[in-house]
Amino acid sequence: MTDRRGFLRGALRALPFAVAVGPLGAQLPAASPDTLQADLLRDPSLLGRLRDPASAYDNDPVVISIERRLRCTCGCTLDIYTCRTTDFSCTFSPALHREVITMVKSGLTPEDIVAALVAREGPAMLMAPPARGFNLAGYLVPGLVMASGALGLAAWLSRRRLAVATAVPGMCPPVPPSPSVPDANQMERLRRALDDVES
Amino acid sequence: MTLLGDFALWAAMLIGLWTAAMAFFGPWQSRPALATSVTRGAHAACLALLVAAVALWRGLFTHDFNIEYVAAYTARNLPDYYLVTAFWAGQKGSLLFWAVVLSIFGALAQLLTPSRHRNLLPHVAGVTSVVLAFFVGVMLFGDGANPFERLPFTPPDGRGLNPQLQNPGMIAHPPTLYLGYISITIPFAFAIAALLARRLDTGWIIAMRKWALASWLFLSIGITIGMWWAYVELGWGGVWAWDPVENASLHPWLTLTAFLHSVMIQEKRGMLKRWNVALVIGTFLLSIFGTFITRSGVIASVHSFTQSDVGYFFLAFLCVTAIASFTLLYTRWPSLAPEAQLESMLSREGAFLYNNLALVGIAFSVLWGTLFPILSEAVRGTKMTVGPAFFNRVNVPLGLFLLLLTGIGPLIAWRKASVANLRRQFIAPTVGGLVTLVAMLALGMRAFYPLVSLSLAGFVTVTVIQEFTRGVRARMRLHAEHVALALVHLVGRNRRRYGGYVVHIGIVLYFVAFTGMAFRTEKTVELAPLESSTIRSPYGHTYTLTHQGVSQYAALNRHVSAATLDVARDGVRIGSIKSEKRQHVDSFGNPTFEPSTEVGIRSDLREDLYVVFSGTPDGTERAQYKIVVNPLVSWFWIGGVVLVIGGLLTMWPGGPQIRVARRIVPQAGYAVPLATVAK
Repeated sequence: MTDRRGFLRGALRALPFAVAVGPLGAQLPAASPDTLQADLLRDPSLLGRLRDPASAYDNDPVVISIERRLRCTCGCTLDIYTCRTTDFSCTFSPALHREVITMVKSGLTPEDIVAALVAREGPAMLMAPPARGFNLAGYLVPGLVMASGALGLAAWLSRRRLAVATAVPGMCPPVPPSPSVPDANQMERLRRALDDVES
Repeated sequence: MTLLGDFALWAAMLIGLWTAAMAFFGPWQSRPALATSVTRGAHAACLALLVAAVALWRGLFTHDFNIEYVAAYTARNLPDYYLVTAFWAGQKGSLLFWAVVLSIFGALAQLLTPSRHRNLLPHVAGVTSVVLAFFVGVMLFGDGANPFERLPFTPPDGRGLNPQLQNPGMIAHPPTLYLGYISITIPFAFAIAALLARRLDTGWIIAMRKWALASWLFLSIGITIGMWWAYVELGWGGVWAWDPVENASLHPWLTLTAFLHSVMIQEKRGMLKRWNVALVIGTFLLSIFGTFITRSGVIASVHSFTQSDVGYFFLAFLCVTAIASFTLLYTRWPSLAPEAQLESMLSREGAFLYNNLALVGIAFSVLWGTLFPILSEAVRGTKMTVGPAFFNRVNVPLGLFLLLLTGIGPLIAWRKASVANLRRQFIAPTVGGLVTLVAMLALGMRAFYPLVSLSLAGFVTVTVIQEFTRGVRARMRLHAEHVALALVHLVGRNRRRYGGYVVHIGIVLYFVAFTGMAFRTEKTVELAPLESSTIRSPYGHTYTLTHQGVSQYAALNRHVSAATLDVARDGVRIGSIKSEKRQHVDSFGNPTFEPSTEVGIRSDLREDLYVVFSGTPDGTERAQYKIVVNPLVSWFWIGGVVLVIGGLLTMWPGGPQIRVARRIVPQAGYAVPLATVAK
């Protein structure tokens, strides 16, 4: 809670800004009809580090697609794009973003850029490891295990069914078709069966 | 109080060890007094741990910064309700929280279990006591794991709570998730007790069914609140990132969901007994595995506690428990033979088997992806992590298959479905799915997975509506009841079945919400005051956001920089949206953590407009924003509420007793009529 003393302390801290920026603001040209002058913040340090100025490349689909394939090297487990737009205290992802933009501007293809960064940082930088060598196991094992499970289940079921069919021939005689209009006796049986099911 | 807390921990561990020793090795079968002693041991351990909890909370509320845990996670200016939640904010406190809740559940299991299952209780007390003694032992013997550890000096103020944990979601998310993890111990204890006592009929299933449902419900709530917290607090605009710790909470949820389905086959038909015991054991092991992942630091995660050696304790416990449990299961294998055979793959049992295959398959693929960094490091020396792309590629098709089964399962008859049965049951749901598909195509949707997902959602929804409608009609016809009364009686007389259907609707809503995430749009902008930017919604309208400026002010334990945007939709002003950067400070005004971000969200049933104030490039009011349009996000939270309602309906006490179907075991050979012999 801000007490009176805290308020006065804050006001005192703001005073130099008011003295310095106030006249400066008065000398600045009037804001355009669409925007206002972006005044200095009382304490910019409360926002953490200053951001790089935004550019069209921040929303460039090619840049974003490259950054989504690469992990930020700060150890956060996020990709560069997610990290730079989420963890605003990270200094690694903005630097990597600048690097990617520089490479895109120089005409390198996305594959070249990814390859260059992976060559420098190591394959652990990739969000999805290349499907070769041991990494293939990463992609194939879940599917193989699922397929084996399904096949095993199918084999087990058919063996069981075969065992039942051979062990009890004629065990389940065909049920005669029921008449289309149930009589009172059948309705009572149905009522009991429904009660049984519902409970 | 720390001395008392320490003493209580020692007392709880010794009581736990005594209870376990008596339960497993004591002659309680022949000495009823000893059996009473075993069950009372569970109560005594609970009492001791409650004393320890009170001791820690007292330290937190009195700002006893000589206690290392209090100094590390609280500060004098921390709001009181966060002093409550600071209990589980760190490694040490959360271990104590785990032990306290487990001891309460262990005592409740002794108190609430019906007398007809009393013969299992000493073994149940034994298992819960072993787990309890382990957790308390970790606190007492683990390096830096004792929450009552004192500092050599007393700092004037504490470090405070991590800003990301100062969120209402964090009041509820960790405890509910922990409740889910911890309560899994009780079904596991009943399974082990049934194996030890060789009472492998359906009794143990009935005794622990509500505990399993409670675990599942707590896990569901915990995961959903965790998704909400990640969405409103972390600022990346998503709800699920396939982070190892997130995955760790999903593993036991998946296997427990599989168990809750397959257990019905055991109750109805006496089948899958071995599978069910294995699922319960596996679920418990996965909950311990999750704890190991979170606390060992073996896999990098944004959610992990500080790396410490307690992970090794959990790894050892995991291995020993797995070996002991599966060995016990193996020795009881013949006693768990099925009482009936599957008659047809086209049956309710068959659908539940496929459902189990899909759920366990997803659990395995998520586990595989989570562990792959460790495996790749062991094999190739490089820690290769698989990201969201991998998890989505593998799990999206499996999830859709599961959604299909959610619709198919209730439609197929037990034992064997006839063609007439299938035709009668499937017409309306299939039409529902096709109508949804055509509607989505007409609206311009072309992406394959979203089309499949929404069509299946339509299919499942019509299935559930059909089940309710048929049940109500049957009651109206048979009992001459009004529609509302028929509905109430229908649900009341079979809460489990119809509560389950409500849960299915909740799951459908989750799928709808996840489908919406496929259409999210986002951009990064930098705006001077009164400068505007536009973003187009996937529904076709355009949002115009106008930056109003940045204001800075002091609040309770933080300095706030708030950036405000005016929002217009297709040129019509609909309100404003505010996002903040917060610099938390201690009671002396010193910064305690890096500045954190509070997102601004304007939400309706169609979509969320999600704004993050990233900062400023030059120390002026020129602000950078991340702007996201997230379609259908609200349906996550609505789905969560529906799911909880369904879960509560399913486990609400009272109602008719569960009757286990009398099974007719097919007999080999021919039936020969015996002549009556006159005596």
